Amino acid sequence: MADLNRSIPAVPPVTAPLAGRAAPVPAPADEAEVAFDIRDFSLWYGTLQALFDVTIRIPARQVTAIIGPSGCGKSTFLRALNRMHELTPGTRITGTLLLHGEDLYSPAIDPTHVRRRVGMVFQKSNPFPTMSIAENVLAGLRLNGVRDKAFLRERLEQSLRMAALWDEVKDILGRPGVSLSGGQQQRVCIARALAVEPEILLMDEPCSALDPIATAKIEELIRDLRTRYTVVIVTHNMQQAARLSDRTAFFYLGKLVEYDATRTIFMNPANRQTEAYVSGRFG
Amino acid sequence: MKRFFDVELETFRSQLIRMGETAIEQVRAAMKALVESDASLAKRIIADDDQIDALEVTIDDEAIRYMNLRAPIASDLRLVIVGMKTSHDLERVGDEATSIAKRAIRLGAEPPLKPYIDLPRMAAIALEMLRDALDCFLQDDEAKAIAVCKRDAEVDNINRQLYRELTSFMLEKPETISRAIELMFISKSLERIADHATNIAEEMIYLSKGKDVRHTEELKKSHNQPAA
Amino acid sequence: MPATISIHPSAAQQARRRWTNQAMSAVLLACALAVMAPLFLVLYYLIREGATSLDWHFFTQLPKPTGEAGGGMANAIVGTLTLLAMAAGIGVPFGVMGGIYLAEYGSDRANDWLRFAADVLNGVPSIVWGMVVYALLVVPFKTFSAYAGGVALGMMMIPLVMRTTEEVLVLVPQGYREAALALGIARWRIIVVIVVRTALKGIVTGVLVALARVAGETAPLLFTALGNSFWSHRLSEPIAALPLQIFTYAISPYDDWHRQAWAGALVLMAMILLINLIVRVLSRERRFT
Repeated sequence: MADLNRSIPAVPPVTAPLAGRAAPVPAPADEAEVAFDIRDFSLWYGTLQALFDVTIRIPARQVTAIIGPSGCGKSTFLRALNRMHELTPGTRITGTLLLHGEDLYSPAIDPTHVRRRVGMVFQKSNPFPTMSIAENVLAGLRLNGVRDKAFLRERLEQSLRMAALWDEVKDILGRPGVSLSGGQQQRVCIARALAVEPEILLMDEPCSALDPIATAKIEELIRDLRTRYTVVIVTHNMQQAARLSDRTAFFYLGKLVEYDATRTIFMNPANRQTEAYVSGRFG
Repeated sequence: MKRFFDVELETFRSQLIRMGETAIEQVRAAMKALVESDASLAKRIIADDDQIDALEVTIDDEAIRYMNLRAPIASDLRLVIVGMKTSHDLERVGDEATSIAKRAIRLGAEPPLKPYIDLPRMAAIALEMLRDALDCFLQDDEAKAIAVCKRDAEVDNINRQLYRELTSFMLEKPETISRAIELMFISKSLERIADHATNIAEEMIYLSKGKDVRHTEELKKSHNQPAA
Repeated sequence: MPATISIHPSAAQQARRRWTNQAMSAVLLACALAVMAPLFLVLYYLIREGATSLDWHFFTQLPKPTGEAGGGMANAIVGTLTLLAMAAGIGVPFGVMGGIYLAEYGSDRANDWLRFAADVLNGVPSIVWGMVVYALLVVPFKTFSAYAGGVALGMMMIPLVMRTTEEVLVLVPQGYREAALALGIARWRIIVVIVVRTALKGIVTGVLVALARVAGETAPLLFTALGNSFWSHRLSEPIAALPLQIFTYAISPYDDWHRQAWAGALVLMAMILLINLIVRVLSRERRFT
């Protein structure tokens, strides 16, 4: 059984003379700042257990991909990171989930506050139909009481630029949000999520409803976001996980099977199930 | 559309070019060490072989990583595979240069058998072949690559001629045998370098056209010419 | 009978099939026309009998005393509009908020019982509503009033509006609620600004349909608004209403009043038609390019 907590850093590229390579691989330094520190986290829908003692440390300002077959709990886990599972009545959790050291599930914390710090982008783009593009992007701010027009204008442009959409929509900001193409709508949703300045961005299969070109644009966007935000992305597209992420977690039947640097997961996974899944031989 | 991982391919290409230039330099320096009986230069060449070896490991590592994580298609895939094979050829070229340098040290201890004319001539052709083959990497010139393959015959001829000369030397003056044998090995090394240049040229044709021309009739004819 | 069924029908079979097709199409067309016929009949009769009586006097004059010719139904028209306004004032807030509760809050089991209660209330005969409001608002205050009439009609509207509101809200895709929740917006704000706004057209449609339904109710008004031959100066007085006036005139022995009853019915019908037309226009989906 694989040791779930093993964390092997990537072997550094060889530029030093050959003799240097004989030295032992240095011990993993705890250089990466940890965003999520999750221990023995379990989740039940009523009597049905969906997550089993998940222990994982998600680093800050990196892209972490979560992969696994359908029904393995990856979406459940993602939604637990910003308490979205509480929409379904009858869910309960055990274990600890810390965001930068703060317990997100402590009774003192308001779930609404959690969701302002941890944003989410969904599989099917869902810009609010009764609002224009500008209103959509600013919805999170205005509906939380922000009134300063200059600030809102600035944040609107900033968010749309970050979503690589400003040039395409700057002249049509008054048009309804739903009048854009699928890929543009998804980028509006990303801009909307970024406008409230979360620390973390969760993405639940953001590209699965899009064509390859729109997908490529969003992948470039995610790559850019990496420098400022921590991104956790659930994807069933293995190549996407391989391209985008720094670390990858493989879930199966509600358990975290393996979690490691992306290169290790795809090149040399420790667990047989992981290898079967990434090479397409699962099931 | 430019992707964020395009830069990795650019880095890969420049690493290959750097390895090629380093290999060419090693060969040229080795010949210089031989002709000028420069032992310290030769020792430096032997030490520097580590750089070429390290580059081979880096390039292979990077190629595997790129294939694993970026799933390259079409010309990107050909580039990565050709890169792996070329790095292997260039590493062997580096080893041959090291071997020449070692023999140069041994030969430098004694007076030269005869003035160095043929060996430098072979080296010059081999180096030109290497340079031309690596140029194809930047220029996509199939004709140039084919010309390199055909030039291999020249080097083979000089090698054969040198063998005959040295054999007669050894028969006439047995005290020259050790030196003559070193020279024969050096000639063999240069001939091998030319062969590697040919391999690289064939790989370049594959890279630019997707055509695998190894062991085909077109090129076999120029390789195997009947003994003169 | 052949042992196997060929996929190529014979000429006789084909002819029979064609005939059956046409016969059935004709039958279905006849049924559809039969359904439409009453509407046309009603409109035809109303227009034939009532259109001639529609004149300026009808819309501006009060009813004349018994036996005198002339007069109009001005107070009844205004009365109906007043009663509808009051009914909306009760039916809309309670109905819409009830619908929001059913769609967004509550537990599955409790909500099932609520829906059941609403459906039963929808089936309560209107005369029963009249008697209930009579006991609640007429007897204690010892007077028939517009208030009572408005309340009766309003209470009839509530379960209807509640159910239609709930249905439209449930149709709003869950994705919008989730997206808003993920932005850290408070739950009630999400419901008001996003969910209700998205479903607004549907809610308005539901309200209008309920209004059209109660506009023609006569029985509850018999015990509550009672009717009035004059203008009502206070809402605590009895008030005239079109259905009441039509009833009074129709069962009277006077031809003139019969004529006016037809006209009143035509006006009432026109109001309901107008409301339904507005509903249709609103319900049309606008397509975005």
